Formats: sequence, structure tokens, C-alpha cells
Amino acid sequence: MSGIELKNVRKSFGTVDVIKGVDMTIRAGEFMVFVGPSGCGKSTLLRLIAGLEDITSGDLLFDGKVVNKVTPKNRGIAMVFQSYALYPHMTVYENMAFGMQLSGSDKAAIEKRIQLAADMLQITPYLKRLPKQLSGGQRQRVAIGRAIVRDPKVFLFDEPLSNLDAALRVATRLEIAKLHEKMHDTTMIYVTHDQVEAMTLADRICVLRDGLVEQVGTPMELYEKPQSVFVAGFIGSPKMNFLNGSFAEKYRASTIGVRAEHIDLGAADKGWPGKVIHTENLGADSYVYVEIGTDEPVIVRQNGATRFETGQSVGLVPNEPLIHRFSADGRPATG
Amino acid sequence: MSDVAALPSRAALPRNQGLSDLSRERLRSAWIFLVPMCLALLIVAGWPLARSIWFSVTDTETDHIGQGDFIGLANYLTWKTLPSGRTVFYGVLVNPEWWNAVWNTVRFAVVSVACETLLGMAVALALNANFPGRGIVRAAILVPWAIPTIVSAKMWAWMLNDQFGIINDFFLRIGLISHKIAFTATDSTSMFAVLAVDIWKTTPFMALLILAGLQLVPNDIYEAAAIDGVHPLKVFWRVTLPLVRPAIMVAVIFRFMDAMRIFDLVYVLTPNSSATKTMSVIARENMFDFNKIGYGSAMSTLLFLILLGSITLYLWLGRVNLSGDGER
Amino acid sequence: MVSDLAKKGAFYLFVAAIVFYAVFPFYYAIVTSFKTGTSIFQVDYLPTSFNLENYKSVFSSGGRPMTLDDVLHFNITGFPLNFINSIVVSTLVVALALLIAVTASYALSRVRFRGRGLLLMTILSVSMFPQIAVLAGLFELIRAFHLFNTTFALVFSYTIFTLPFTVWVLTTFMRDLPVEIEEAAIVDGASAWVIITRVFMPLLWPALVTTGLLAFIAAWNEFLFALTFTLDNAHRTVPVAISQLTGASDHEIPWGPIMAACVIVTLPLIVLVLIFQRKIIAGLTAGGVKG
Repeated sequence: MSGIELKNVRKSFGTVDVIKGVDMTIRAGEFMVFVGPSGCGKSTLLRLIAGLEDITSGDLLFDGKVVNKVTPKNRGIAMVFQSYALYPHMTVYENMAFGMQLSGSDKAAIEKRIQLAADMLQITPYLKRLPKQLSGGQRQRVAIGRAIVRDPKVFLFDEPLSNLDAALRVATRLEIAKLHEKMHDTTMIYVTHDQVEAMTLADRICVLRDGLVEQVGTPMELYEKPQSVFVAGFIGSPKMNFLNGSFAEKYRASTIGVRAEHIDLGAADKGWPGKVIHTENLGADSYVYVEIGTDEPVIVRQNGATRFETGQSVGLVPNEPLIHRFSADGRPATG
Repeated sequence: MSDVAALPSRAALPRNQGLSDLSRERLRSAWIFLVPMCLALLIVAGWPLARSIWFSVTDTETDHIGQGDFIGLANYLTWKTLPSGRTVFYGVLVNPEWWNAVWNTVRFAVVSVACETLLGMAVALALNANFPGRGIVRAAILVPWAIPTIVSAKMWAWMLNDQFGIINDFFLRIGLISHKIAFTATDSTSMFAVLAVDIWKTTPFMALLILAGLQLVPNDIYEAAAIDGVHPLKVFWRVTLPLVRPAIMVAVIFRFMDAMRIFDLVYVLTPNSSATKTMSVIARENMFDFNKIGYGSAMSTLLFLILLGSITLYLWLGRVNLSGDGER
Repeated sequence: MVSDLAKKGAFYLFVAAIVFYAVFPFYYAIVTSFKTGTSIFQVDYLPTSFNLENYKSVFSSGGRPMTLDDVLHFNITGFPLNFINSIVVSTLVVALALLIAVTASYALSRVRFRGRGLLLMTILSVSMFPQIAVLAGLFELIRAFHLFNTTFALVFSYTIFTLPFTVWVLTTFMRDLPVEIEEAAIVDGASAWVIITRVFMPLLWPALVTTGLLAFIAAWNEFLFALTFTLDNAHRTVPVAISQLTGASDHEIPWGPIMAACVIVTLPLIVLVLIFQRKIIAGLTAGGVKG
């Protein structure tokens, strides 16, 4: 069991405030993803939870106990780094055994745990190899294996897929998802800048921006009920279309947002009139960019290949109930 | 989400809650690790330096090293008014031999560093080019650097020998000189002899440092310049040189400091020559040949101050960042 | 076309000149060392004889050539003893410096503390001390510790330049080790000592070898302290011994044996430097360019 609580946690490096007061509860056994643009402080927050950085003020609690000053080893955590951080001069087996050796476990116990982890991740054939003899994907699995061997209560992932190529990323994502199912008692905290990883892996997502929490919720909650323009624009690909000015006024809001998949394209006489300026055909779906007089063109998603062409005059019909209304402060409009 | 109003204001929170166990353990280890080094340097460098400076304000004799009296700055400069009314000055600062040594040292340092930098630059440029046999050349230039200074002095002394030396022989043969010259013994040529050996010995070091700086210049800059059709000399002047300048400046200051304290070469190649006697040589002479360790220490302290002044000036002008803060 | 050829020719001429300039003095010393008697006084540009007489005289103990018997009974005097003194001093001082420097560099490169920059600068400045400035003070210290005219006097005093140098170079190398490996070790529960010995040292041993070698060469080369702190031939090191090689009479300088001694002393160094040249160049420039 390891529920984690953050109470007004702040972190400054000298005079620079990186984390500006974060309150959050992470439930035991859940897969929580910290996501946000670069510089938002998500990695720093992870490192505070790990104990690799000191908390400037505020409290961090594991299962109700304040752990601000506890060393990483004693927090019951394990960490998977972006660059794998395997010890280059040790074999895979030695890499995985290192932590247990330091705490004085006997050889048999170490052997058993390593075999279990190696089986889980299918890295048993590599146990005698050095990291430099492995591919990127294999190294990442070894890094995960090393973390598993520690039998942690909290698993921390710091952008583990960033160094892998696209195909490998999808495959390893699946492995991590399966890992979470197998180890459903272990809390997992995962940092990424990729909202696709967040949406696919998370039980709950925490969107961070500029050292503060923007919103915490399940992927669907963030998708369907974003509590700010920022979150609305961050979650979902392609980015939500935002319109202001006369378009928004009609809906009694300062800004309205409507997702590309919630707009129908039709003849120019119905809905918002505009002109197609660009189309992208990806096979399974296509995206049509339409200029309707706003700052940025509106993106519309179509199933399969689109029948519209560049230069064509079209009309955009948004799905009314799925339009998000925001007031001037970026929060959802009330009333 | 907490109620914002209930939280204490930011100013009321302690700025630093204190260090975690991890930070504390690391800091403690760091201090334990540093103590042996600091202690060693204090004993081997700090104390002797302080003692030497102390000697310089006493009249200590080398034979009776514990029994000197404090005489203030008398070793540096003092004066006595004779009954005749004339004032006579004594001390290192009015000692013509000292100033001769200073002049020798500065002359040596400036010329040697200038020649070594220029020659080193030329060698570095040559080595930066890719040509067959580059490895052999690089190995060859390490030879002068690897040879101990005393050995170099003896090897060159032999080559410069006035009776049997190969250099005299060669110069005579090609008609450069009309009679054999005692390079190391003649005042007019002895400094050249010292310079020749030092330049031979140290140019490789400069060349290697500059080469390292050259190799940091990314290749695509040269490729872009080639596509733009820029003349290679212009490329060197406007592109390479500015990029290599930091490396050269570091090398130059290191070499200059080294050159100013030179002892070995001068002592062994041109012993007892007033044309080459440097500050280190004359200081030691006073300490151990003339038994005047106090007076000699005044000289060595002056040298120390000159070097201290030089490096302070250099750092202040260059504002070099040595702590590595900002990186790890 | 011709100008291209001319440029290439000039370049190779320049390169050849560099190699010649660098190697000739050593070559000539070798040539001279193989000549005996009056042939030394004849200038020859190419080797004319191959006589080991000079080498035998260098390896003489107590006026006669050294034999294996002498070595086994530790009855070594003369130049061979100087050689051994140099080896002993250089090895001891390097071992001492590395021992102290390894842990100190970890603290200086991986742990952030107040005053770190100042400490680094102080260490650098110590290596800039003119040795003459501490000579008087060291002389007094060495006499006080009763170390005068012993090997330990040199081991003790050489620390003033080997220690700052090794600390500086090792700090630069350690700074370059990736942070994540250290953090992974911290998460695994490694203390600073464990990190140094089981994670960093295996990665750093090439740097240790290089640094050790450079410090060894510097110690081997040292002259001023060796001249001042040793008195008799039994404790002299090679540089001092070579500078004081004299012949039968005051004015007869034994150039033959001197050249032989030079070759003997230099050959191992050159071999070591050539073998480790890449690492040495990296070590030299680490302090200069990157640090």
C-alpha cells in the first residue's frame, strides 16, 4: 500500500521557483501520469517524490508518514531513467543485483528475484551481457527489470520512452501497461511530455504547467471536461480548435473550443463558411484545414480519405453539445 | 484542492526546511574526502609559503635557520644616511643583479611563449589536416615533451658544444658563421641557447593544446565556408582563430606562468651566466650559495607576488568560470 | 595543377621539418652514445660505430661494471642507484597523490557545496606556485622532520605539484560521468564511498592511468627540490645525477657516458608516452581546454 500525498510542495533552485505549490493525492496502486510542456516541472516533481532533490517547503507523505528527509533507498521507490542509467561495466545480472547486494541480501534471494523479473520482461537470454551489447529497447527493459527487483512500493518513470524510436515506443508502452496490470498493488508515477502516452497508460493524469497543477483527472475527464483552455488545448490530438471574437460571443463566452473530431464538413451554405487551405491524408483518417477568418485555421477530422480539396468553399457544422465554452480567465464559462 | 485562503502566506514559511538525510550524508562524505587533500596542501604548500614569506622579513642565515631576527622590509628596501650626508640604499629592490634577473626572466617568458604559440599553432594546423603518416608525426612531436628537462639540456649542450658540437659544424659548413661559437658560454648567445632548447621542448605541448581546441571546431563550419567559396586564409582569420582563441588563451597563460618560474634549464645549460640568470636562479643562489636565506626569500616572495598579480589580472580580465556551477 | 602540387610539396616539407626538428637531438644523442674514445670528438651526422662502452660505464657500481650478483645483493651504487631512486620516488608520490585525489575529486565534482569554486581555484593556484617560493619553508620543514637527504624528502615535497594536478584532472574527468548513473546508484542505496569504488572507479581507471603517468613523468623530471634536498649520490635522483656527471679531471666532460645516461633515462619514458599517447593527450587537454 502506498498512497502518496503532496501538501503545498514547493521547490526552488536558488532564486528560481520551479514548483510553486502543488497539492495532490495519488492513490495506492494507481498509474498516475504527470504531463505538461517542457519546463513545467514534471521531472522535478518526480525527483522530489524520489528523494533525489530536497523539498524547499511543504510536505510529502507516503502512507500518511512525512518522508521529506528520508533517503531514496528508504522510501521504497524504484526509478527508471530516460537514459536507462545502466552501469556500463556490469552485466545485466550484476546491474539488477546491485541494489540487493548493497542491502546485504543473500545470493539465493537475489537470484530468485532476478529470475522473476527477467521472466516478466523476457530478458533472461541477456543476463550475462554488458549494456553496450544490447539495443535501446533491450536496455530499457533491463532498466525496468532493475527497478522491479527492488520490489518497490512506488515505481517512478522519467520519460522512459523518449530515447526510443516510434515503433519501439509503442511496443514498450504495451509492456509497461502489462506491467501495471501484473503489479496492480504498486503505485506507478510516470512523467512524459507526450499526451498519447498519458492518455493510453494512465488511470489518472495530472496536467502541470509552470510549476502548478492545472487539472487532475482520468483521461476521459480531461478529454471531455477540461477545466481550462490550457488543458483543453493540451489533451487530444490534433489540438482543439479555439475560436474567439464573434464566434464565441454567439455562445456567450470569451473563447469557445471544439475538437476536430466534433465538426462536420458540408456545403458552403450551412454552418460557418470557409475555404479549405490544406488537406492531410493519413489513410485511416484525414485532416482538413479550413480558413474561416480566425487567427488559426480550423482543423476538421474526417474518416478515411476526404472528398474535399484545397481551395474548395465549405461550411463547418460543429456538434453543439460538444462545444466547450470558456470565459476570459480561461476557465469554463458558467451560466 | 485546498482552500487558498487557509494557507499561511508564502513569507511565513521557512525558506529552507533543512537538508534531507541524503543531502546531509553526501555533504558529510564530501568534507571527509576533502580533509586529507586540504591537510596535505596546507602542510606542503601553505605552511612553507608562509614560512618563506616570513624569512623574507628576517635576516635568517641558511646555516642557522631557526635564529633569524625580524627586520621588517629591510631585505626589500632600506637606506642608511652616511655621516657624509649621502644616503645609500640597500635591498633586493635596488639590487642591479635582481633587476637583471627580472629582465632576463621577462624577456625569456615573452619570447618563448610567443615563439611557442606561433610555432605550436603552425604545427597544430598541420596536424589538424588529415594526411597519411599523421600518427607518426604526432608521436614524433611527443618526443621532445617526454624527455626530461635536464636530459634535453645535456643533449643540446652537446649539440651546441663549441669544440665538438654538430651545430657549430653545420653552421660553419653552410657558411652561416666564420668561427665556432660557444653558444652557452657567451653572453650574447646564451639566452638564445636557452630559448632554443625551451622552444624545442615546449612547442609540442602548445601544439597539442591548440590542436585540441582546433578539433572542437565542428567540421560543418568549414564545409559551409567551402560552399560559400571563402578563401582559406580568411576562413582561418575570421572563423578558426576566434573559435580557438579561448583554448589558446588558456595555453598561453599556463605557459607564461611556467616560463616566469624557470630554473632547471638555465641552471644546467648556462650555469653562472648573468645573461640568463632568472629570478628563480638568483633567489636560490642567495639562499644556498650565499647562505642568505632571508634575502633570497625576499626574492622568491617578489616572484610569487608578480605571478599572483599576473594571474589575478588575467582572471579579472577574463572572468573565468572555474567552479563548473551551472553544469552539474 | 602545379600550384596544388607545390602546395602539397611545401606542406610535406614542413611536416618533415617538424619531425626532423623534434627527433634529431635524441637521434644524435643515441649516435653519440655509441661512440667511444676520440671518435666522439669527430662530428658525424650518421652513426659510425656501435660500441656499448659508454653504457657499461653508466651501469657501473663503485668504479666497476655492475653484475647480476650486485643486483641480487642490493649492492647498487652510482647511476643505477640514481635510477632506482627516481623510480621509487616517482612511484610513491604518484600512489600517494592518486589515493588522496580520487576521493577529493568526487567531492569537488559531484557534490554541490558552498565554497566549491573557491576551493577549486585555490587548488589550481597552488599548482601555479613557483617552487622557489616555497623552497626556503620546505627546507626548514624537511630538516625539522629529519627527512633531509632521504627519499621521503622528495616524496613529501613533490606532493605540492602532483596533488593539485591529479585532483584537477580527475575532477574534470569525473564531472563528465553521467548524472543518471550516480542517481541510479543512490536509489539502489549506494553511499558516496560505494559510488566511488564500485560505480565510478571501474569507469575511470583509464583516466587514473593517464593521470598517474603524467604525474609520474612530472615527478621523474623534477630538479630543483631534488638538487636542494639531497646531498650524496646514494639519494640523488636521475636529473641531478646527470647534471653532475663529471670525468677524471675538472675540465674533462664525459660526453659519451652522459649521452648514454640520457638515452637510458629517456627510452622508457618515450616508450610509455608512445604507448599511451592518446590518453596522455586527452589528459593534458582535459585540464587545459575543457576544464
